[in-house]
Amino acid sequence: MDLKVVIFGGSAGSLDVLFQVLPFIQKDQGIAYILILHRKDTHKAEHLVQLLATKCTIPVKEAEDKEAINQDHIYLAPAGYHLLIEQDRTFSLDVSEKINYSRPSIDVSFSTAAETFKENLIAILLSGGNADGCFGLSKVKQLGGRTAIQAPKTALVPFMPESALKAGVVEVQYTPEEISRLLQNISSYLSQK
Amino acid sequence: MLPKCCPPEIKDEELELLLIDIHEKYGYDFSDYTRASLKRRINRLMVLDRLPSFAELRFQLSSNATYLRHFIEQITVNVTEMFRDPDFFRHLRHDILPILGTYPFIRIWIAGCSTGEEAYSIAILLKETNLFDKAIIYATDINPGVLEQAKKGIFTQNQMKVFSENYGLSGGSHAFSMYYSAQYGKAIFKEYLRDKIVFSNHNLVSDRSFNQFQLILCRNVLIYFQSKLQERVLNIFDESLEDLGYLALGSKETLRFFHLAQRYQQTHIHHKVWRKYGS
Repeated sequence: MDLKVVIFGGSAGSLDVLFQVLPFIQKDQGIAYILILHRKDTHKAEHLVQLLATKCTIPVKEAEDKEAINQDHIYLAPAGYHLLIEQDRTFSLDVSEKINYSRPSIDVSFSTAAETFKENLIAILLSGGNADGCFGLSKVKQLGGRTAIQAPKTALVPFMPESALKAGVVEVQYTPEEISRLLQNISSYLSQK
Repeated sequence: MLPKCCPPEIKDEELELLLIDIHEKYGYDFSDYTRASLKRRINRLMVLDRLPSFAELRFQLSSNATYLRHFIEQITVNVTEMFRDPDFFRHLRHDILPILGTYPFIRIWIAGCSTGEEAYSIAILLKETNLFDKAIIYATDINPGVLEQAKKGIFTQNQMKVFSENYGLSGGSHAFSMYYSAQYGKAIFKEYLRDKIVFSNHNLVSDRSFNQFQLILCRNVLIYFQSKLQERVLNIFDESLEDLGYLALGSKETLRFFHLAQRYQQTHIHHKVWRKYGS
């Protein structure tokens, strides 16, 4: 069976949302989760992984270069690198120019994930203060994946989801509670389509 | 915002065609580079050069040898800084160089040196650890364009500001400005620093080991290679490294998954530096 993937992108104000929704992920759903977050290039990465791990029922780890993407894992993009998804379902890293002033760039990960996972991808763009992720969502949509945003009125910094909305690349918007429910019932959600 | 019209994008099968063309016509083999990154670089190049289609790019490359050089400059990643990851340079300064200092002569290879930032950083470290006179730095890259730039040792004042901060964070205690002369918004490194570094062309895909070294740095280069090529390159480093020499990789690169790892020991859990202990 094809691997299904949920990928999140977020910037300012997104971390709280992730801490709220990720604990709802259930074991043995056969899905991989990827998190692309703008954050400072610091040593706190390990702490973030550990913190998330204490809240989640499936393993959380930083994505490593050439690592195979496995189901029932949550992968966090390392700070300071773009995270790319290869056709053979492995990660690769890249330290080329920042995109939208960001590295990792959500656009880069969303669009390479779209090319690999096509209709087996759900991309969700959360709170944030720049327009990164907008182009990525358009690629996800174009290649048959599903696109969602955090409802701007629930976002601490609504600019990022609003930009995607204006660009016409969003299928659905969710409140954090709705994202939690989606993650909790992800298998039945995915089998609907 | 979305671009008004869709930029050209190279398809997987077109990329393979292009790589075969380049290999056959020019001898550069990119077939073991990671695809997602290559694709992004090529899409970016088509936008920058206003090439409307893959056909146009292919035509340029096959009919215009000078375009190849530009192509290589653009698809290889040349984003770097001096004293990037200051903690790593602190580790070199305090833990690695003092040990190398007990050797009669120190040969250092910086593989994938790009525009030279790391080479100049190392030259400064050697100066400050009093090892300058018994060391030599070889800095190599696949890309002739960046090597020319690296040799000049000229950077903008804006870059120098960042470099100077990194230098301080890495444990540098002198006035960074003593290492360069500045004029008209540009800065050029002092001649004695430029003279310490031998810049030359070397392709990790096709060229072999060319000397014996006590320290090899290759940071954020392996991530652009597929595992098979990573292994080939690591074997070249292994051949080029003397026993008890050091190999330094990028902050997200590792020896861990490779056969030769059993002969190496990581110097510190937080640093991507391995020491060779022979067989």
